[in-house]
Amino acid sequence: MNIENLIQISETEWEIPTYIRPDMRVPVRLFATRELLEQIINDKSLEQAVNATTLPGLVGHVIVMPDIHQGYGFPIGGVAATEYPHGVISPGAIGYDINCGVRLLASNIDLESARVEMDTLATLLNKYCPSGVGKAGAIKLNAKELDHVLRDGSRWAFKNGYASEADLARTEEAGSVEGAAPERVSERAKTRGREQIGSLGAGNHFIEVDVVDQIFNEEAANTMGLYQGCLTVQIHCGSRGLGHQVCTDYVQQFQNAVHKYGIVLPDRELVCAPMDSPEGRAYMGAMRAAANFAFANRQLLAHSARRAFEETFAPRIRNWHLHQVYDIAHNMGKLETHEVNGKKVKVCVHRKGATRAFGPGSPGLPPEYKKIGQPVIIPGSMGTASWVLVGTEESMTRSFGSSCHGAGRVMSRSQAKKEVRGDELRKELEKRGIKIRAGSLPGLAEEAPSAYKDVDRVVETVSEAGIAKKVARLKPVVVIKG
Amino acid sequence: MGFEEISHTADWSVRVWAQDLPSLFAESARAMNSLAGTVTVKGRSLKRTFESEAPDAEGLLVAFLSELVYYQEQENLAFDGFEVRIESQRLKVEMEGAQITSVDKAIKAVTYHNLKIEKTNEGFETTIVFDV
Repeated sequence: MNIENLIQISETEWEIPTYIRPDMRVPVRLFATRELLEQIINDKSLEQAVNATTLPGLVGHVIVMPDIHQGYGFPIGGVAATEYPHGVISPGAIGYDINCGVRLLASNIDLESARVEMDTLATLLNKYCPSGVGKAGAIKLNAKELDHVLRDGSRWAFKNGYASEADLARTEEAGSVEGAAPERVSERAKTRGREQIGSLGAGNHFIEVDVVDQIFNEEAANTMGLYQGCLTVQIHCGSRGLGHQVCTDYVQQFQNAVHKYGIVLPDRELVCAPMDSPEGRAYMGAMRAAANFAFANRQLLAHSARRAFEETFAPRIRNWHLHQVYDIAHNMGKLETHEVNGKKVKVCVHRKGATRAFGPGSPGLPPEYKKIGQPVIIPGSMGTASWVLVGTEESMTRSFGSSCHGAGRVMSRSQAKKEVRGDELRKELEKRGIKIRAGSLPGLAEEAPSAYKDVDRVVETVSEAGIAKKVARLKPVVVIKG
Repeated sequence: MGFEEISHTADWSVRVWAQDLPSLFAESARAMNSLAGTVTVKGRSLKRTFESEAPDAEGLLVAFLSELVYYQEQENLAFDGFEVRIESQRLKVEMEGAQITSVDKAIKAVTYHNLKIEKTNEGFETTIVFDV
């Protein structure tokens, strides 16, 4: 793809028109500055965005965010809305890590008063939040309990003493997606999930303690309980092996479904089925069950993080508590109503590496966020800043209520390992006052900040484009990685 | 017979080639183990059999490699000895392997992204993208 193929709409918005390829059903709309676009065209992500426009039942545009990068099938950083009920749902356009997302907890603990305890905190977080390849979680569930988790998500955690009502209220879908169908999840997926709940996993997943570095929107920050100089915790993970298996199962099954429904696609990873077909309904039920597993997983990890905070700070600091700011999903398919060409349309919004960013007054937000809009949590690359934003009215009309999800990779994992040594990176981060607990040094090198775009530029872009507004910038002080 | 890693921004991509289809399947499994940095105890002390049906060879390859991902994550087992039989749309693999002692990197899934097994002058080749 060349920049000449794109039509510039504004300083931060570009379009790939449908005449580029005859099988495109809708155009692509990209949010990026020219500088970011020049990085984006170096991989195959825009070709993948064009492939995504061939999904039957699409409305509006396929939207891509400034953190877009090459994935498999659907690009990471993509949003596509298909009309309900005849449009399709595509497991590959949601991803293997169903409901991968980020939870943000915040405290009133001032970093300066707590700096001496950061080492203890890092050790306890690492102890109570299992991480690493295939690691078992905090608890083991029997078959019946797992079905409860799949049906109820964080509500199961609440009933079992791992969550507060406030946690549920400040989670997308209140932590429990309706319409989950545990019976549509294979035994193999359930086997993988039974032992992994309450664990972080490996790859780019992490737990990070951050300090609120800068506030850009006092009213929104106060509403969220974010105070300059105070500690926060981000938990980034998803549905673990259970979600991976659900997606694997349905991508395999949908290879036949596309023939049955006469759907022609440029890439088999995009396989899909109409939402009102037996195959589409089965996947929708299984995907929602996996999403509930992910909500419960992050809830258990939040519970473990609170335990680490309590043991570290309770002897000395009276208010050591971690309250929930919000929990967002960035790999998910959701039924929502959006305005398309002046008409309200019920659609399935596929977000893969894109965050829901509902504007003020949107349905489903807790009362305190109705006025400011939904918190949008953007984790940066390891050792760099993360951001808290809010959704806007413009995100509702221009990006199906969506924004970016992170910095976005620019360098392959193998290249990162060639250029960066894990032990040196750890030393460098420690020198900057960041405590690191990492299961694998090569894994650490793969996630080096130089392998990612500059998260600040990504956030500036969505902010200038108007699809999210800046609230606060966070700086890391402790990083736990699998 | 061999494999090489292909640059991919977020995930892993590997090109695999072999003189025939059964060898291509076995080499793909070895490539996956190599990318993941899988280390096992010495010797091939364990045997397992995998059977599957799919409309085409690509479907059989994804099913086979997905089975190995499952074994690695759930049972902590890896295999490097394979006797592969492919008849029409059916696959049977007798596998020999051992307990894993360490893994550098978890593979979440084997994808169909641009997956095509192609006949070449020397045999067969394909490029597989793994979600990591």
